[in-house]
Amino acid sequence: MGKRVAVVGVGMTKQRSSRPDVNGQELINEAVRAALEDAGISRRDIDAVVIGNMDHFEGINYVDTWSVDGSGALMKPIMKLTTGGTTGTTVAMAAYYHVASGLFDRVLAVGWEKNSESDTTGAIITAFDPFWDRPIFAGAVAGLALEATQYMHLTGATEEDAAYVAVRERRHALNNPFAHLHINLTIEDVMNSPYLSWPVKMGDMCPRTDGACAVVFASEDVVEEFPNKPAWILAVADRHLWAYTSDPYVNQAIENGWWFPALEWSAREVYDKVGIKDPLKEIDVAELYLPYSFAGLRYMESLGFCERGGGPDLVRSGATDMGGECPVNPSGGVMSSNAIGATGLLRVAECALQIQGRAGDRQVPDVKIALATGFGGCFWSDVLLMGREMPEKPRG
Amino acid sequence: MEDWRKDQEIVVMEGRIKVPYRWAAGEVGTRYLQALRDEMRFLGTRCPGCGIVYHPPRRNCPDCERECGEWVELGERGTLLTYTVVRRHHPQLSPLPLPFGYGIVRLEGADTGFLHLLYEFQEGELRAGLPVEAVFAQEREGSVLDVRYFRPVREVG
Ligand SMILES: [Zn+2]
Repeated sequence: MGKRVAVVGVGMTKQRSSRPDVNGQELINEAVRAALEDAGISRRDIDAVVIGNMDHFEGINYVDTWSVDGSGALMKPIMKLTTGGTTGTTVAMAAYYHVASGLFDRVLAVGWEKNSESDTTGAIITAFDPFWDRPIFAGAVAGLALEATQYMHLTGATEEDAAYVAVRERRHALNNPFAHLHINLTIEDVMNSPYLSWPVKMGDMCPRTDGACAVVFASEDVVEEFPNKPAWILAVADRHLWAYTSDPYVNQAIENGWWFPALEWSAREVYDKVGIKDPLKEIDVAELYLPYSFAGLRYMESLGFCERGGGPDLVRSGATDMGGECPVNPSGGVMSSNAIGATGLLRVAECALQIQGRAGDRQVPDVKIALATGFGGCFWSDVLLMGREMPEKPRG
Repeated sequence: MEDWRKDQEIVVMEGRIKVPYRWAAGEVGTRYLQALRDEMRFLGTRCPGCGIVYHPPRRNCPDCERECGEWVELGERGTLLTYTVVRRHHPQLSPLPLPFGYGIVRLEGADTGFLHLLYEFQEGELRAGLPVEAVFAQEREGSVLDVRYFRPVREVG
Protein backbone atom coordinates (compact mmCIF):
# COMPACT_ATOMS: atom_id res chain seq x y z
CA MET A 1 0.00 0.00 0.00
CA GLY A 2 1.03 3.52 -0.91
CA LYS A 3 3.91 5.71 0.18
CA ARG A 4 5.54 6.43 3.50
CA VAL A 5 5.01 10.03 4.58
CA ALA A 6 6.96 12.49 6.71
CA VAL A 7 6.49 15.97 8.11
CA VAL A 8 9.25 18.13 6.65
CA GLY A 9 8.22 21.64 7.65
CA VAL A 10 6.09 23.38 10.26
CA GLY A 11 4.93 26.92 10.85
CA MET A 12 2.83 28.45 13.57
CA THR A 13 1.72 31.89 14.60
CA LYS A 14 2.08 33.02 18.15
CA GLN A 15 -1.19 31.98 19.78
CA ARG A 16 -2.96 35.06 21.15
CA SER A 17 -6.30 35.99 22.67
CA SER A 18 -7.06 38.33 19.79
CA ARG A 19 -5.38 39.25 16.51
CA PRO A 20 -7.31 42.28 15.20
CA ASP A 21 -4.23 43.36 13.26
CA VAL A 22 -4.85 40.63 10.67
CA ASN A 23 -7.92 39.14 9.03
CA GLY A 24 -8.29 35.37 8.76
CA GLN A 25 -6.53 35.02 5.42
CA GLU A 26 -3.59 37.04 6.70
CA LEU A 27 -3.39 35.00 9.89
CA ILE A 28 -3.35 31.80 7.82
CA ASN A 29 -0.63 33.29 5.64
CA GLU A 30 1.67 33.87 8.62
CA ALA A 31 1.66 30.15 9.42
CA VAL A 32 1.85 29.10 5.76
CA ARG A 33 4.82 31.34 5.01
CA ALA A 34 6.61 30.05 8.09
CA ALA A 35 5.97 26.41 7.13
CA LEU A 36 7.08 26.86 3.52
CA GLU A 37 10.20 28.71 4.64
CA ASP A 38 10.91 26.01 7.19
CA ALA A 39 10.60 23.38 4.46
CA GLY A 40 12.74 25.44 2.09
CA ILE A 41 10.12 25.53 -0.67
CA SER A 42 7.62 27.95 -2.22
CA ARG A 43 3.90 27.54 -2.69
CA ARG A 44 4.59 26.50 -6.30
CA ASP A 45 6.16 23.28 -5.01
CA ILE A 46 2.96 22.31 -3.16
CA ASP A 47 0.71 19.79 -4.94
CA ALA A 48 -2.41 20.23 -2.81
CA VAL A 49 -3.70 22.02 0.28
CA VAL A 50 -5.93 20.68 3.05
CA ILE A 51 -7.36 23.35 5.35
CA GLY A 52 -9.63 23.22 8.36
CA ASN A 53 -11.49 25.35 10.89
CA MET A 54 -15.01 25.52 12.34
CA ASP A 55 -17.18 27.69 10.12
CA HIS A 56 -19.36 28.93 12.97
CA PHE A 57 -16.46 30.50 14.82
CA GLU A 58 -15.84 33.09 12.13
CA GLY A 59 -19.13 32.98 10.24
CA ILE A 60 -17.36 32.31 6.96
CA ASN A 61 -18.65 29.26 5.16
CA TYR A 62 -16.44 28.93 2.07
CA VAL A 63 -13.07 28.93 3.74
CA ASP A 64 -11.51 26.66 1.12
CA THR A 65 -11.93 29.31 -1.57
CA TRP A 66 -11.77 32.38 0.65
CA SER A 67 -8.45 31.33 2.18
CA VAL A 68 -6.44 30.93 -1.06
CA ASP A 69 -4.97 34.41 -0.56
CA GLY A 70 -3.32 33.13 2.58
CA SER A 71 -2.96 29.40 2.07
CA GLY A 72 -1.07 29.46 -1.20
CA ALA A 73 -3.72 27.25 -2.80
CA LEU A 74 -4.41 29.54 -5.77
CA MET A 75 -5.18 27.26 -8.72
CA LYS A 76 -4.34 24.12 -6.76
CA PRO A 77 -6.43 21.25 -5.39
CA ILE A 78 -7.83 22.30 -2.03
CA MET A 79 -10.07 20.52 0.42
CA LYS A 80 -11.68 21.96 3.55
CA LEU A 81 -12.40 19.80 6.58
CA THR A 82 -14.48 20.63 9.62
CA THR A 83 -14.71 18.01 12.37
CA GLY A 84 -15.03 20.09 15.53
CA GLY A 85 -12.16 19.86 17.99
CA THR A 86 -10.47 17.20 15.90
CA THR A 87 -10.34 19.51 12.86
CA GLY A 88 -6.58 20.04 13.12
CA THR A 89 -5.75 16.35 13.43
CA THR A 90 -8.25 15.51 10.69
CA VAL A 91 -6.46 17.99 8.43
CA ALA A 92 -3.14 16.30 9.26
CA MET A 93 -4.58 12.85 8.60
CA ALA A 94 -6.13 13.96 5.31
CA ALA A 95 -2.82 15.47 4.17
CA TYR A 96 -1.20 12.18 5.16
CA TYR A 97 -3.82 10.22 3.15
CA HIS A 98 -3.18 12.46 0.13
CA VAL A 99 0.54 11.72 0.17
CA ALA A 100 0.27 8.08 1.25
CA SER A 101 -2.03 7.45 -1.71
CA GLY A 102 0.85 8.21 -4.07
CA LEU A 103 -1.22 10.81 -5.91
CA PHE A 104 0.51 13.82 -4.32
CA ASP A 105 4.14 14.26 -3.21
CA ARG A 106 4.00 17.51 -1.22
CA VAL A 107 0.84 18.51 0.62
CA LEU A 108 0.30 21.49 2.88
CA ALA A 109 -2.00 21.10 5.89
CA VAL A 110 -3.42 24.27 7.45
CA GLY A 111 -5.48 24.68 10.61
CA TRP A 112 -6.60 28.02 11.96
CA GLU A 113 -9.19 29.85 14.02
CA LYS A 114 -10.04 33.35 15.17
CA ASN A 115 -12.07 32.51 18.22
CA SER A 116 -12.10 36.19 19.16
CA GLU A 117 -14.52 36.87 16.32
CA SER A 118 -17.56 35.13 17.72
CA ASP A 119 -19.19 33.71 20.81
CA THR A 120 -17.41 30.34 20.94
CA THR A 121 -19.99 28.72 23.19
CA GLY A 122 -22.89 30.00 21.09
CA ALA A 123 -21.17 28.71 17.97
CA ILE A 124 -20.57 25.29 19.50
CA ILE A 125 -24.18 24.96 20.67
CA THR A 126 -25.59 25.87 17.27
CA ALA A 127 -23.36 23.29 15.60
CA PHE A 128 -25.37 20.52 17.31
CA ASP A 129 -28.64 18.78 16.45
CA PRO A 130 -31.57 21.21 16.34
CA PHE A 131 -34.09 18.83 17.95
CA TRP A 132 -32.25 16.73 20.51
CA ASP A 133 -29.26 18.80 21.58
CA ARG A 134 -29.58 22.47 20.77
CA PRO A 135 -32.52 23.38 23.03
CA ILE A 136 -30.65 22.04 26.08
CA PHE A 137 -26.96 21.65 25.25
CA ALA A 138 -24.80 24.27 26.97
CA GLY A 139 -21.58 24.05 24.97
CA ALA A 140 -18.15 22.73 25.78
CA VAL A 141 -17.80 23.73 29.43
CA ALA A 142 -20.99 22.11 30.71
CA GLY A 143 -20.55 19.17 28.32
CA LEU A 144 -17.09 18.47 29.71
CA ALA A 145 -18.37 18.96 33.26
CA LEU A 146 -20.68 15.98 32.67
CA GLU A 147 -17.63 13.89 31.80
CA ALA A 148 -15.74 15.16 34.86
CA THR A 149 -18.61 14.31 37.22
CA GLN A 150 -18.91 10.84 35.74
CA TYR A 151 -15.17 10.30 35.98
CA MET A 152 -15.04 11.35 39.65
CA HIS A 153 -18.05 9.14 40.37
CA LEU A 154 -16.44 6.08 38.78
CA THR A 155 -12.90 6.49 40.08
CA GLY A 156 -12.97 8.67 43.19
CA ALA A 157 -10.67 11.19 41.50
CA THR A 158 -10.78 14.68 43.01
CA GLU A 159 -10.82 18.25 41.81
CA GLU A 160 -7.28 18.60 43.21
CA ASP A 161 -6.12 15.75 40.99
CA ALA A 162 -7.45 17.66 38.00
CA ALA A 163 -5.86 20.89 39.23
CA TYR A 164 -2.48 19.14 39.11
CA VAL A 165 -2.96 18.74 35.35
CA ALA A 166 -4.05 22.36 34.92
CA VAL A 167 -0.91 23.52 36.71
CA ARG A 168 1.37 21.19 34.73
CA GLU A 169 0.05 22.43 31.40
CA ARG A 170 0.53 26.11 32.31
CA ARG A 171 3.98 25.43 33.74
CA HIS A 172 5.03 23.72 30.50
CA ALA A 173 3.67 26.64 28.48
CA LEU A 174 6.23 28.93 30.10
CA ASN A 175 8.83 27.17 27.89
CA ASN A 176 6.86 27.80 24.71
CA PRO A 177 7.09 31.30 23.21
CA PHE A 178 4.18 30.47 20.89
CA ALA A 179 1.74 29.64 23.71
CA HIS A 180 -1.18 31.97 24.45
CA LEU A 181 -1.23 31.73 28.26
CA HIS A 182 2.01 32.36 30.10
CA ILE A 183 0.84 32.17 33.69
CA ASN A 184 2.40 30.61 36.73
CA LEU A 185 -0.51 28.87 38.44
CA THR A 186 -0.60 26.94 41.70
CA ILE A 187 -3.03 24.22 42.65
CA GLU A 188 -4.57 26.72 45.09
CA ASP A 189 -5.05 29.21 42.25
CA VAL A 190 -6.94 26.61 40.25
CA MET A 191 -8.97 25.46 43.24
CA ASN A 192 -9.87 29.05 44.12
CA SER A 193 -10.87 30.01 40.58
CA PRO A 194 -14.63 30.40 40.11
CA TYR A 195 -16.81 27.46 39.13
CA LEU A 196 -18.07 27.71 35.60
CA SER A 197 -20.06 24.51 35.72
CA TRP A 198 -19.37 22.28 38.70
CA PRO A 199 -16.81 20.64 39.05
CA VAL A 200 -15.11 22.57 36.25
CA LYS A 201 -13.52 25.86 37.27
CA MET A 202 -12.03 28.68 35.27
CA GLY A 203 -8.52 27.35 35.91
CA ASP A 204 -9.48 23.91 34.55
CA MET A 205 -10.52 25.16 31.10
CA CYS A 206 -8.69 25.96 27.89
CA PRO A 207 -8.67 29.58 26.70
CA ARG A 208 -10.18 30.95 23.48
CA THR A 209 -7.39 31.75 21.08
CA ASP A 210 -6.59 33.24 17.69
CA GLY A 211 -3.92 31.35 15.82
CA ALA A 212 -2.87 29.26 12.84
CA CYS A 213 -0.59 26.34 12.12
CA ALA A 214 0.71 24.87 8.85
CA VAL A 215 2.56 21.62 8.23
CA VAL A 216 4.24 20.29 5.07
CA PHE A 217 3.84 16.56 4.41
CA ALA A 218 6.16 14.87 1.88
CA SER A 219 6.38 11.45 0.27
CA GLU A 220 9.32 9.11 0.80
CA ASP A 221 10.15 9.73 -2.89
CA VAL A 222 10.91 13.43 -2.35
CA VAL A 223 11.83 13.64 1.31
CA GLU A 224 15.53 14.04 0.49
CA GLU A 225 14.81 17.41 -1.13
CA PHE A 226 14.08 19.03 2.22
CA PRO A 227 16.64 20.47 4.62
CA ASN A 228 14.88 19.26 7.80
CA LYS A 229 15.14 15.73 9.10
CA PRO A 230 11.88 13.94 8.33
CA ALA A 231 9.45 13.24 11.17
CA TRP A 232 7.70 10.12 9.90
CA ILE A 233 4.04 9.30 10.32
CA LEU A 234 4.07 5.76 11.71
CA ALA A 235 0.33 5.15 11.90
CA VAL A 236 -2.96 7.02 12.21
CA ALA A 237 -6.45 6.02 13.38
CA ASP A 238 -9.73 7.64 14.23
CA ARG A 239 -13.04 6.60 15.75
CA HIS A 240 -16.38 8.34 16.02
CA LEU A 241 -19.02 7.69 18.63
CA TRP A 242 -22.73 8.27 18.23
CA ALA A 243 -24.37 11.51 17.32
CA TYR A 244 -25.83 13.22 20.38
CA THR A 245 -24.42 14.81 23.50
CA SER A 246 -26.03 12.17 25.69
CA ASP A 247 -24.72 9.20 23.72
CA PRO A 248 -21.29 8.70 25.29
CA TYR A 249 -22.81 8.12 28.72
CA VAL A 250 -24.77 5.00 27.96
CA ASN A 251 -23.30 2.84 25.36
CA GLN A 252 -24.17 -0.78 25.51
CA ALA A 253 -23.40 -1.41 21.88
CA ILE A 254 -19.75 -0.67 22.42
CA GLU A 255 -17.90 -2.45 25.19
CA ASN A 256 -16.53 -0.14 27.87
CA GLY A 257 -18.64 2.77 26.67
CA TRP A 258 -18.05 4.53 29.95
CA TRP A 259 -14.37 4.75 29.21
CA PHE A 260 -14.07 6.82 26.06
CA PRO A 261 -13.96 3.97 23.55
CA ALA A 262 -13.21 6.29 20.60
CA LEU A 263 -9.84 7.17 22.11
CA GLU A 264 -9.18 3.65 23.40
CA TRP A 265 -9.91 2.02 20.08
CA SER A 266 -7.93 4.46 17.97
CA ALA A 267 -4.95 4.33 20.36
CA ARG A 268 -5.04 0.54 20.35
CA GLU A 269 -5.11 0.55 16.55
CA VAL A 270 -1.98 2.70 16.16
CA TYR A 271 -0.16 0.75 18.90
CA ASP A 272 -0.98 -2.54 17.15
CA LYS A 273 0.16 -1.23 13.79
CA VAL A 274 3.50 -0.06 15.18
CA GLY A 275 3.98 -2.85 17.73
CA ILE A 276 3.79 -0.67 20.86
CA LYS A 277 3.21 -2.86 23.92
CA ASP A 278 3.86 -0.46 26.81
CA PRO A 279 2.90 3.00 25.57
CA LEU A 280 4.06 4.94 28.64
CA LYS A 281 7.57 3.49 28.31
CA GLU A 282 7.87 3.28 24.55
CA ILE A 283 6.45 6.69 23.66
CA ASP A 284 8.93 9.47 24.41
CA VAL A 285 6.59 12.47 24.34
CA ALA A 286 2.86 13.05 23.90
CA GLU A 287 1.08 16.12 22.60
CA LEU A 288 -2.52 15.45 23.53
CA TYR A 289 -5.71 17.37 22.92
CA LEU A 290 -6.65 17.90 26.58
CA PRO A 291 -9.36 20.58 26.46
CA TYR A 292 -9.63 20.73 30.24
CA SER A 293 -7.90 19.36 33.29
CA PHE A 294 -9.94 16.20 33.95
CA ALA A 295 -9.06 14.99 30.44
CA GLY A 296 -5.45 14.84 31.60
CA LEU A 297 -6.48 12.14 34.08
CA ARG A 298 -9.06 10.13 32.18
CA TYR A 299 -7.33 10.07 28.80
CA MET A 300 -4.18 8.60 30.39
CA GLU A 301 -6.30 5.54 31.05
CA SER A 302 -7.89 5.51 27.60
CA LEU A 303 -4.42 5.74 26.04
CA GLY A 304 -3.19 2.77 28.06
CA PHE A 305 -0.65 4.83 30.02
CA CYS A 306 -2.11 3.32 33.21
CA GLU A 307 -4.97 1.16 34.47
CA ARG A 308 -8.50 2.52 34.70
CA GLY A 309 -8.72 4.83 37.65
CA GLY A 310 -4.95 5.22 37.68
CA GLY A 311 -4.84 8.65 36.04
CA PRO A 312 -4.48 10.70 39.26
CA ASP A 313 -1.62 8.58 40.62
CA LEU A 314 0.15 8.61 37.28
CA VAL A 315 0.13 12.40 36.86
CA ARG A 316 0.95 13.01 40.54
CA SER A 317 3.99 10.69 40.17
CA GLY A 318 5.50 13.22 37.79
CA ALA A 319 5.62 10.69 34.93
CA THR A 320 3.93 13.20 32.62
CA ASP A 321 6.01 16.23 33.69
CA MET A 322 9.09 17.41 31.82
CA GLY A 323 11.80 14.94 32.77
CA GLY A 324 9.22 12.20 33.48
CA GLU A 325 8.72 8.85 31.77
CA CYS A 326 6.54 10.37 29.04
CA PRO A 327 6.19 14.16 29.22
CA VAL A 328 2.70 15.25 28.19
CA ASN A 329 2.29 18.55 26.37
CA PRO A 330 5.70 20.20 26.64
CA SER A 331 4.10 22.97 24.56
CA GLY A 332 1.59 23.75 27.29
CA GLY A 333 -1.11 22.01 25.29
CA VAL A 334 -4.69 23.02 24.69
CA MET A 335 -5.18 24.43 28.19
CA SER A 336 -2.59 27.07 27.25
CA SER A 337 -3.63 27.76 23.62
CA ASN A 338 -6.82 26.78 21.84
CA ALA A 339 -7.35 28.23 18.40
CA ILE A 340 -9.65 25.31 17.76
CA GLY A 341 -9.01 24.53 14.06
CA ALA A 342 -5.26 24.90 14.64
CA THR A 343 -5.17 23.01 17.92
CA GLY A 344 -4.98 19.44 16.62
CA LEU A 345 -2.48 20.37 13.91
CA LEU A 346 -0.31 22.06 16.55
CA ARG A 347 -0.13 18.71 18.34
CA VAL A 348 1.29 17.15 15.14
CA ALA A 349 3.63 20.10 14.54
CA GLU A 350 4.93 19.90 18.12
CA CYS A 351 5.55 16.16 17.76
CA ALA A 352 7.50 16.83 14.55
CA LEU A 353 9.65 19.47 16.28
CA GLN A 354 10.29 17.08 19.18
CA ILE A 355 11.36 14.27 16.83
CA GLN A 356 13.58 16.65 14.85
CA GLY A 357 15.15 18.00 18.04
CA ARG A 358 14.01 21.54 17.21
CA ALA A 359 11.63 22.26 20.09
CA GLY A 360 13.85 24.77 21.87
CA ASP A 361 13.25 25.20 25.59
CA ARG A 362 10.41 22.69 25.49
CA GLN A 363 12.53 19.94 23.90
CA VAL A 364 12.34 16.47 25.44
CA PRO A 365 15.73 14.72 25.03
CA ASP A 366 16.16 12.08 22.32
CA VAL A 367 12.58 11.67 21.08
CA LYS A 368 12.18 8.61 18.87
CA ILE A 369 8.41 8.13 19.09
CA ALA A 370 5.78 10.82 19.68
CA LEU A 371 2.02 10.60 20.09
CA ALA A 372 -0.47 13.25 18.92
CA THR A 373 -4.22 13.20 19.54
CA GLY A 374 -7.28 15.21 18.60
CA PHE A 375 -10.50 15.37 20.61
CA GLY A 376 -13.85 16.52 19.34
CA GLY A 377 -17.56 16.95 19.89
CA CYS A 378 -19.30 14.01 21.53
CA PHE A 379 -16.03 12.32 22.42
CA TRP A 380 -14.56 11.27 19.12
CA SER A 381 -10.83 10.87 18.60
CA ASP A 382 -7.95 11.05 16.17
CA VAL A 383 -4.60 9.48 17.05
CA LEU A 384 -1.29 9.81 15.18
CA LEU A 385 1.94 8.05 16.06
CA MET A 386 5.09 9.68 14.67
CA GLY A 387 8.73 8.65 14.73
CA ARG A 388 12.31 9.38 13.85
CA GLU A 389 12.89 6.19 11.83
CA MET A 390 11.20 5.58 8.50
CA PRO A 391 8.71 2.74 8.91
CA GLU A 392 9.68 -0.51 7.18
CA LYS A 393 6.52 -0.38 5.14
CA PRO A 394 3.53 1.95 4.78
CA ARG A 395 1.04 1.18 7.55
CA GLY A 396 -2.04 3.32 6.97
CA MET B 1 2.72 50.07 8.22
CA GLU B 2 4.06 50.39 11.75
CA ASP B 3 4.13 54.22 11.83
CA TRP B 4 0.61 54.48 10.55
CA ARG B 5 -0.62 51.93 13.07
CA LYS B 6 0.52 53.87 16.12
CA ASP B 7 -2.59 55.86 16.94
CA GLN B 8 -5.14 53.92 14.95
CA GLU B 9 -8.05 51.77 16.04
CA ILE B 10 -8.57 48.63 13.96
CA VAL B 11 -11.91 48.70 12.16
CA VAL B 12 -14.19 46.03 13.62
CA MET B 13 -17.52 45.30 11.98
CA GLU B 14 -20.15 43.88 14.29
CA GLY B 15 -22.55 41.42 12.73
CA ARG B 16 -25.16 38.83 13.50
CA ILE B 17 -26.13 36.16 11.01
CA LYS B 18 -29.83 35.42 11.36
CA VAL B 19 -31.00 32.93 8.79
CA PRO B 20 -34.48 31.41 9.10
CA TYR B 21 -34.53 27.61 8.96
CA ARG B 22 -37.30 25.03 8.86
CA TRP B 23 -35.93 21.76 10.25
CA ALA B 24 -38.11 18.70 9.66
CA ALA B 25 -38.21 16.20 12.51
CA GLY B 26 -39.11 13.38 10.12
CA GLU B 27 -41.72 10.71 10.84
CA VAL B 28 -39.93 9.15 13.79
CA GLY B 29 -39.12 12.47 15.44
CA THR B 30 -42.64 13.73 14.84
CA ARG B 31 -44.31 10.72 16.41
CA TYR B 32 -42.09 11.13 19.47
CA LEU B 33 -42.66 14.86 19.80
CA GLN B 34 -46.43 14.49 19.29
CA ALA B 35 -46.65 11.98 22.15
CA LEU B 36 -44.61 14.30 24.33
CA ARG B 37 -46.73 17.33 23.45
CA ASP B 38 -50.22 15.81 23.43
CA GLU B 39 -49.99 12.99 25.99
CA MET B 40 -46.91 13.79 28.05
CA ARG B 41 -45.57 10.33 27.19
CA PHE B 42 -42.00 9.36 26.35
CA LEU B 43 -41.48 6.90 23.48
CA GLY B 44 -38.35 5.07 22.43
CA THR B 45 -37.50 2.82 19.51
CA ARG B 46 -36.06 -0.68 19.79
CA CYS B 47 -33.46 -2.09 17.39
CA PRO B 48 -34.42 -5.64 16.31
CA GLY B 49 -30.73 -6.49 15.92
CA CYS B 50 -29.07 -5.55 19.21
CA GLY B 51 -32.25 -4.89 21.23
CA ILE B 52 -31.16 -1.40 22.32
CA VAL B 53 -34.04 0.93 23.14
CA TYR B 54 -33.10 4.36 21.87
CA HIS B 55 -34.28 7.52 23.55
CA PRO B 56 -34.38 10.00 21.88
CA PRO B 57 -35.73 7.63 19.23
CA ARG B 58 -33.69 6.65 16.21
CA ARG B 59 -35.04 5.34 12.96
CA ASN B 60 -31.88 3.34 12.20
CA CYS B 61 -29.49 1.59 14.54
CA PRO B 62 -26.03 3.03 13.91
CA ASP B 63 -24.44 -0.25 14.94
CA CYS B 64 -26.60 -2.97 13.32
CA GLU B 65 -27.75 -1.14 10.19
CA ARG B 66 -31.29 -2.25 11.08
CA GLU B 67 -34.44 -0.16 11.12
CA CYS B 68 -35.70 0.37 14.68
CA GLY B 69 -39.34 -0.24 13.80
CA GLU B 70 -40.74 -1.04 17.25
CA TRP B 71 -42.05 1.76 19.47
CA VAL B 72 -41.60 1.31 23.22
CA GLU B 73 -43.37 3.27 25.93
CA LEU B 74 -40.91 4.63 28.50
CA GLY B 75 -41.43 5.80 32.06
CA GLU B 76 -41.34 9.47 32.98
CA ARG B 77 -38.92 8.57 35.73
CA GLY B 78 -35.33 7.66 35.20
CA THR B 79 -31.82 7.54 36.57
CA LEU B 80 -29.43 10.46 36.61
CA LEU B 81 -26.19 9.21 35.07
CA THR B 82 -24.06 12.32 35.34
CA TYR B 83 -24.64 16.02 35.90
CA THR B 84 -23.20 19.44 36.43
CA VAL B 85 -24.47 22.40 38.41
CA VAL B 86 -24.37 25.65 36.50
CA ARG B 87 -22.89 28.50 38.55
CA ARG B 88 -22.75 31.33 36.05
CA HIS B 89 -25.82 33.24 35.03
CA HIS B 90 -26.21 34.42 31.47
CA PRO B 91 -29.10 36.84 31.01
CA GLN B 92 -30.05 35.63 27.53
CA LEU B 93 -29.12 31.98 27.79
CA SER B 94 -29.81 30.68 31.30
CA PRO B 95 -33.11 28.78 31.07
CA LEU B 96 -33.70 28.71 34.85
CA PRO B 97 -32.57 30.74 37.86
CA LEU B 98 -29.28 29.64 39.46
CA PRO B 99 -28.39 27.16 40.64
CA PHE B 100 -29.81 24.80 38.08
CA GLY B 101 -28.33 21.57 36.86
CA TYR B 102 -27.86 19.87 33.60
CA GLY B 103 -27.45 16.15 33.20
CA ILE B 104 -27.94 12.89 31.37
CA VAL B 105 -31.04 10.94 32.33
CA ARG B 106 -31.76 7.34 31.36
CA LEU B 107 -35.51 6.88 31.43
CA GLU B 108 -37.09 3.66 32.70
CA GLY B 109 -37.21 1.28 29.73
CA ALA B 110 -34.52 3.09 27.71
CA ASP B 111 -30.91 2.12 27.18
CA THR B 112 -29.54 5.46 26.05
CA GLY B 113 -29.21 8.82 27.73
CA PHE B 114 -31.29 11.99 27.40
CA LEU B 115 -29.76 15.42 27.92
CA HIS B 116 -31.92 17.74 30.03
CA LEU B 117 -32.10 20.36 32.76
CA LEU B 118 -32.25 19.62 36.49
CA TYR B 119 -34.06 21.76 39.04
CA GLU B 120 -35.84 21.64 42.42
CA PHE B 121 -32.89 19.90 44.08
CA GLN B 122 -31.16 20.60 47.37
CA GLU B 123 -27.53 21.64 47.58
CA GLY B 124 -25.45 18.45 47.44
CA GLU B 125 -28.42 16.24 46.55
CA LEU B 126 -27.43 15.42 42.99
CA ARG B 127 -25.40 12.27 42.44
CA ALA B 128 -24.94 9.66 39.75
CA GLY B 129 -27.66 7.06 40.18
CA LEU B 130 -30.24 9.45 41.65
CA PRO B 131 -33.87 8.66 40.66
CA VAL B 132 -35.37 11.65 38.84
CA GLU B 133 -38.72 12.47 37.24
CA ALA B 134 -39.88 14.73 34.45
CA VAL B 135 -41.79 17.96 35.10
CA PHE B 136 -43.81 18.92 32.02
CA ALA B 137 -44.51 22.40 30.76
CA GLN B 138 -48.08 23.71 30.86
CA GLU B 139 -47.87 24.99 27.32
CA ARG B 140 -46.32 22.36 25.05
CA GLU B 141 -45.37 22.85 21.44
CA GLY B 142 -43.57 19.70 20.29
CA SER B 143 -40.01 20.15 21.48
CA VAL B 144 -37.82 18.55 24.14
CA LEU B 145 -38.52 21.73 26.11
CA ASP B 146 -42.07 20.40 26.60
CA VAL B 147 -40.27 18.85 29.53
CA ARG B 148 -39.27 21.82 31.71
CA TYR B 149 -36.72 19.86 33.68
CA PHE B 150 -36.11 16.73 35.73
CA ARG B 151 -36.15 16.79 39.53
CA PRO B 152 -35.33 14.23 42.24
CA VAL B 153 -38.20 11.80 42.86
CA ARG B 154 -39.89 12.58 46.16
CA GLU B 155 -42.17 9.87 47.46
CA VAL B 156 -45.36 11.45 48.74
CA GLY B 157 -46.65 10.55 52.21
ZN1 LIG C 1 -28.84 -2.38 16.79
